[in-house]
Amino acid sequence: MPTLTINQKSITVPDGTTIIQAAEKLDIEIPRYCYHPGLSIAGSCRMCLVEVEKIPKFQPACNTRVSEGMVVHTNTEKVKEAVSGVLEFLLINHPLDCPVCDQAGECYLQEYYMKFGLYDSRMDENKIKRHKAEIIGPHVILDTERCILCSRCVRFVNEVSHSHEIGIFNRGSQSEIRLLPGKILDNNYSGNVVDICPVGALTDRDFRFQCRVWYLSETKSICPGCSRGCNISIHSNRQRPHHAGGRRVMRLKPRFNAEVNHWWICDEGRYGYKFIDDPSRISLARVKEKGEFLVLTLDQVIGRAGEKLREALEKVGRDSVVVVASPRLTNEDLFVIRKFFGEDLGLSQIDFRVPDQNLASGDDFLLRADRNPNSRGAEAVLLDENGFDLTQLLSMENSRKLQLLCLFEQDLTKTLGEAWAKKFLQQFEYVIYVGSNENETSVLSHLTLPSATYAETEGTFTNFEGRVQKINQAVEPLGDSLPTWQIVSKLACALGYRYNYENAEEVFGELAERVVEFQDLAYEKIGDSGVEIPDISKVQV
Amino acid sequence: MGSRELSFTERLYIIEVFKGLWLTGHHFFGNMKRHLARQLGLNRLKKGAVTFQYPEERRPFSPRYRSRHRLTKRDNGSPRCVACMMCETVCPAHCIYIVAGEHPDPNIEKFPVRFDIDLGVCVFCGFCVEACPEDAIRMDTGIVEIAAYSRKEMIYHIEDLLQ
Repeated sequence: MPTLTINQKSITVPDGTTIIQAAEKLDIEIPRYCYHPGLSIAGSCRMCLVEVEKIPKFQPACNTRVSEGMVVHTNTEKVKEAVSGVLEFLLINHPLDCPVCDQAGECYLQEYYMKFGLYDSRMDENKIKRHKAEIIGPHVILDTERCILCSRCVRFVNEVSHSHEIGIFNRGSQSEIRLLPGKILDNNYSGNVVDICPVGALTDRDFRFQCRVWYLSETKSICPGCSRGCNISIHSNRQRPHHAGGRRVMRLKPRFNAEVNHWWICDEGRYGYKFIDDPSRISLARVKEKGEFLVLTLDQVIGRAGEKLREALEKVGRDSVVVVASPRLTNEDLFVIRKFFGEDLGLSQIDFRVPDQNLASGDDFLLRADRNPNSRGAEAVLLDENGFDLTQLLSMENSRKLQLLCLFEQDLTKTLGEAWAKKFLQQFEYVIYVGSNENETSVLSHLTLPSATYAETEGTFTNFEGRVQKINQAVEPLGDSLPTWQIVSKLACALGYRYNYENAEEVFGELAERVVEFQDLAYEKIGDSGVEIPDISKVQV
Repeated sequence: MGSRELSFTERLYIIEVFKGLWLTGHHFFGNMKRHLARQLGLNRLKKGAVTFQYPEERRPFSPRYRSRHRLTKRDNGSPRCVACMMCETVCPAHCIYIVAGEHPDPNIEKFPVRFDIDLGVCVFCGFCVEACPEDAIRMDTGIVEIAAYSRKEMIYHIEDLLQ
């Protein structure tokens, strides 16, 4: 454990730590382009030069390990001059097309020029022209003029995605990033090279020219794409709706979490946000009358749903109502469903497990085969008391007529296949669909209630490892839509129960009291990186 | 702000009316006298009050005067604007709406598919001109007659601004 001094501040760090890592612990900023904590050390950009006493030359902070008694200076005039000189070299052939560059605003050339450069250009020669706006894969576009050859992307495809699509070709001033012969940058993690590119060389085709980055607001959330629960930031444009055709969520970026996804997310998750502002969103509540949908206010439709529910319970009985929740719902949604349908109405036919006929596959890095964000939470909340299994009901040739089916975010037509789904739905007199987007199942329902998507609501997801992580509201719910727990609460109120939760935190508080897996958890304790709950299977009830 | 207590003569009203009439008449006849005198060549020293016979007669603008915007063009007639959104960002009235598109020429890359200025909202501060890195927007048209019968007509589109 050597102790060293950086800018008169001393710190003791483990053996093998580099100066840049030690400086980070002291909140001392050392500029860097090629260094990335998730990749091997290249030491090629020379931006992190620091002065170490008793060593005559500058040392790259990313590649110099600390030793006992080391005295480092990062802010002397000599260092500043060296860093500014390095930056000047890096910018020699830079096209300075910030006005058209999507990176502008989050570009480290801009940032470090303002912090460490601020020199007047001495480049009188003609700048070298290179390939511009070259599509190198389904998600990434390359501009070799803007590239500073930090090699982060090359190291990423070699070390993280192991897909080896790009490399640095040619020598000296002719060096540039190219695709390997016969390859395109097409792997499920290709979007990450855009995040790690410190300049505008690699930009996102999906985000290209959609919006300037300084219009975006950031909201911490969790990717709902699979049960991994990667930490993400939702970048939304709330103030200028004329961009990107009124789309509010503009892009997703990974958020560092050492326990879940580190710095990365997969492309399936990254580009899986489109449904939030899709024209297929259900924004208004409606009922079907004589085969045609009639749009009514949310309260009217909830009142109608309450009547149907009461009718079914009073006329036929509890076993004529089936509730199919979804592992896409938050823990809070699921808890309110359990509380109302299971405890207050005493229904036993509540489940969320629908056998998926077109199971996706996962990979050995982040993507999981289970594409639902909250399967583990749904198991914990819904499965602890009733032994009901939806699969049995689905496979049974049912002779008795069922009254009411309440579907939450469940596109049965997609999961079961059209024939099976239709057969199942036809057993019911009345089908209520609560969901965010139109699909073939919602069209078949008799009554539709619009629910908010994960970007429009607060709550928690439990990932496959039992980690409870928080999602936050990035944008307002579309139209009349509401978070599912609010819809269920309103439905409960329509039937005369008293549900007056103010927010998801209150629901979570009750959830933590009532569900054994969540005991001792508090909403504020979850924080930005989540809390792991003890192994659910091992908890003694 | 409390108003001043009126004095008795002011409250009588009639005296104030005549005071006002006297002031107006003093300027009117005084100016008429001076204009007539100049016309007849009697007195060249004192000028009467000047009125421009707008719109036949127009006041010259200072070269820095901020009049209606225009978008400058490249040699081939296409807009110089690259839709960097600097003007849209800096605009304090939020009256500029730009939507960017992909330009077929990779050396231009980006161009405005839509560039609207809502002149009904514009405060003519000229920040957009200052912010523009491409000298693509200027306020040197000298056009100040911007009137319309509806708010919608006050929105100038890219084709209007390019003329």
